[in-house]
Amino acid sequence: MLGADAIARCLLEEQVKVIFGYPGVAICPFFNSMLSVDIDRVLVRTEQNAAHMASGYARISGKVGVCVATSGPGATNLITGIATAYADSIPLVCITGQVNSEQLGSDVFQEADITGAVESFVKYSYLVKDADDIPRIFKEAFHIASTGRKGPVLIDVPIDIQNAPVGKFYYPSEVNLRTYKPTVKGHVVQIKKVIKAIEKAKRPIICAGGGIHLSNAAKELRDFAHKCGIPVVSTLMGLGVMPTDDPLYFGMVGNNGKSYANRAMNESDLTIMIGARVADRAISQPDLVMDNTVLVHIDVDPAEIGKNVGPHIPLVGDIKNILEDMEKYETDCSCGEWIDTLNEYKRNEPERKAPRKEYVDPAKFIAMLSDKLDDDAIYVADVGQNQMWSCGYHKVKNGRFLTSGGMGTMGYSIPAAIGARAAAPDRQIVAVCGDGSFQMSMMELATMQQHKLPVKIIIFHNGYLGLVREYQYNTYKAHYSVVDLSGSPDFGKLSAAYDVPFFRLENMDNASEVIDEFLSIKDPALMEIMIDPLDVVK
Amino acid sequence: MQRKVFQLLVDNQAGVLSRISGLFSRRGYNIESITAGTTSNPKYTRITIVANGDEAILDQIEKQVGKLIDVRKVWELEPESSVYRELILIKIRATDTQRQAIVSVTDIFRAKIIDVDIDSMIIELTGNQSKIDAFINLLKGYEILEIARTGIAGLTRGSENITILE
Repeated sequence: MLGADAIARCLLEEQVKVIFGYPGVAICPFFNSMLSVDIDRVLVRTEQNAAHMASGYARISGKVGVCVATSGPGATNLITGIATAYADSIPLVCITGQVNSEQLGSDVFQEADITGAVESFVKYSYLVKDADDIPRIFKEAFHIASTGRKGPVLIDVPIDIQNAPVGKFYYPSEVNLRTYKPTVKGHVVQIKKVIKAIEKAKRPIICAGGGIHLSNAAKELRDFAHKCGIPVVSTLMGLGVMPTDDPLYFGMVGNNGKSYANRAMNESDLTIMIGARVADRAISQPDLVMDNTVLVHIDVDPAEIGKNVGPHIPLVGDIKNILEDMEKYETDCSCGEWIDTLNEYKRNEPERKAPRKEYVDPAKFIAMLSDKLDDDAIYVADVGQNQMWSCGYHKVKNGRFLTSGGMGTMGYSIPAAIGARAAAPDRQIVAVCGDGSFQMSMMELATMQQHKLPVKIIIFHNGYLGLVREYQYNTYKAHYSVVDLSGSPDFGKLSAAYDVPFFRLENMDNASEVIDEFLSIKDPALMEIMIDPLDVVK
Repeated sequence: MQRKVFQLLVDNQAGVLSRISGLFSRRGYNIESITAGTTSNPKYTRITIVANGDEAILDQIEKQVGKLIDVRKVWELEPESSVYRELILIKIRATDTQRQAIVSVTDIFRAKIIDVDIDSMIIELTGNQSKIDAFINLLKGYEILEIARTGIAGLTRGSENITILE
């Protein structure tokens, strides 16, 4: 058995079903060994998207996503995808080929110090120096990626290590990392404090973050909120934790969120942040939140607590575990009046100004689309205006809403949707992107066709990098600089070139029929919808 | 602004120091000094970091450093329960007429003159921060040519030792 065979065995031991990657000489021994194991291999069209696909896969399957690239440029191309996963705490194991151990540091062909380069975007990284270490390293890597605050782990494997003989293959059943022991169970004293605070509160609010999805605790959160009768708002990463039409759900917070959600946060006397890191886009002035409210912060990462805001009651642990513990207490928060107030705010939310009639109204379109989507549909939004409209008007039922929240990486939606497809062959999956973000990853249409991982793609076509255009309009008096997307291809012809059925929606007149038809055909399909070039988020 | 001394016990392996210094640089924490050396158990390295910042930053430093997987243990070396020492080498201009005066200051501080040249000398002093600062201050009347400081090394008082990691 060679090192490369050992790696393939490790992936089997970890029950990996699919890897996303791109070969090169320095990772060829590994790809050769992959021929003898039953794991799907998806050839992406650029390495960055291998990491995004692994991310989409991880978020839907709840397992670790695996991506693979070769040394040098292959590895460096992965970095944006790794950083994107790190920002959203998505568990990945990234395997890179490396030049011969003996040549490390001598700048030979396709050598890049990838462990050094990704240092600030990974939870941990390994440079394998001995083929016999492979089982231990892989065991540790999968463990680190998928426990505590999840995140990417990179394993760099020089080609001579891949080709080196391995003695006896033994996959450890446990890891021995004495310093790495994430807290799972919440401290009972702190939990009791939270329960007491809930009992005292008149205007409590739960602010639900992406950590709830990562802990697979959406059900527990819904149960807890309903049992106690506490209203819920969410962050961008927390969208989908509650169905949008849940009577206790009051929208997304933040500068692109609903004003009634922000009011709910500002006027509450008890704020329970769960799996949210109080980031700048969600809570622009953390100090203000503290003024009138008792702040509870529940997170698996102790370093998040107190980073942006100092909570009155910190509670460290796995969210699912903590919510299960909290459910055991009989708490009832009689805050019907507060909920009435919030409903009043919700009713009074001003309507978004409709764009010119000759264009598609993105808000109405998204609302209509989400009404027609399956109950458990997966909706992947890209980055930009399309993302802001999506989080404002997409109604999540029991499906998922995926997007690149922390890093805001354009081009995320299509590869992430394809990765999600690999995890959920039977669910409805829609990727929504702008004409800018589409062109950042449209090469993956080939991957989607080749590997039969079809998804539905909707392009919001406004001929601009819309969000930046909007910013330049507001900040630089409409002096537009490098935001005009002229030169974009004819998306219909492009679809035809990839043999993907194409739809085009000019305005809202026949939107319902076109969406119906778009959704009714078997995947894949691409729809271009024409957006007013001057339309704005709010 | 406060100043805190942190002690870390880390696995003695390649890349640990760069992970720690990388963390400080990307999060914008201020390091006043950092020293590293193996412990009585060669598997581990002891790192002593002096950092500056407000309460929240210093709290974050401890938590973020603690998250690094190679870091076995991190704690604050509190002044009351610890000893710190730093070694400093000062090269100073010393002409015939100045030499005697410098020697007497050196004696008072129990510093050592470790090199004498025609018009300069090198003084070695070990001590805590305030002693070293006071010494440098006294030498300001002379022409200081070079200063080399090692940064703080420190230990917690009492019999606790590296075996806590085993």
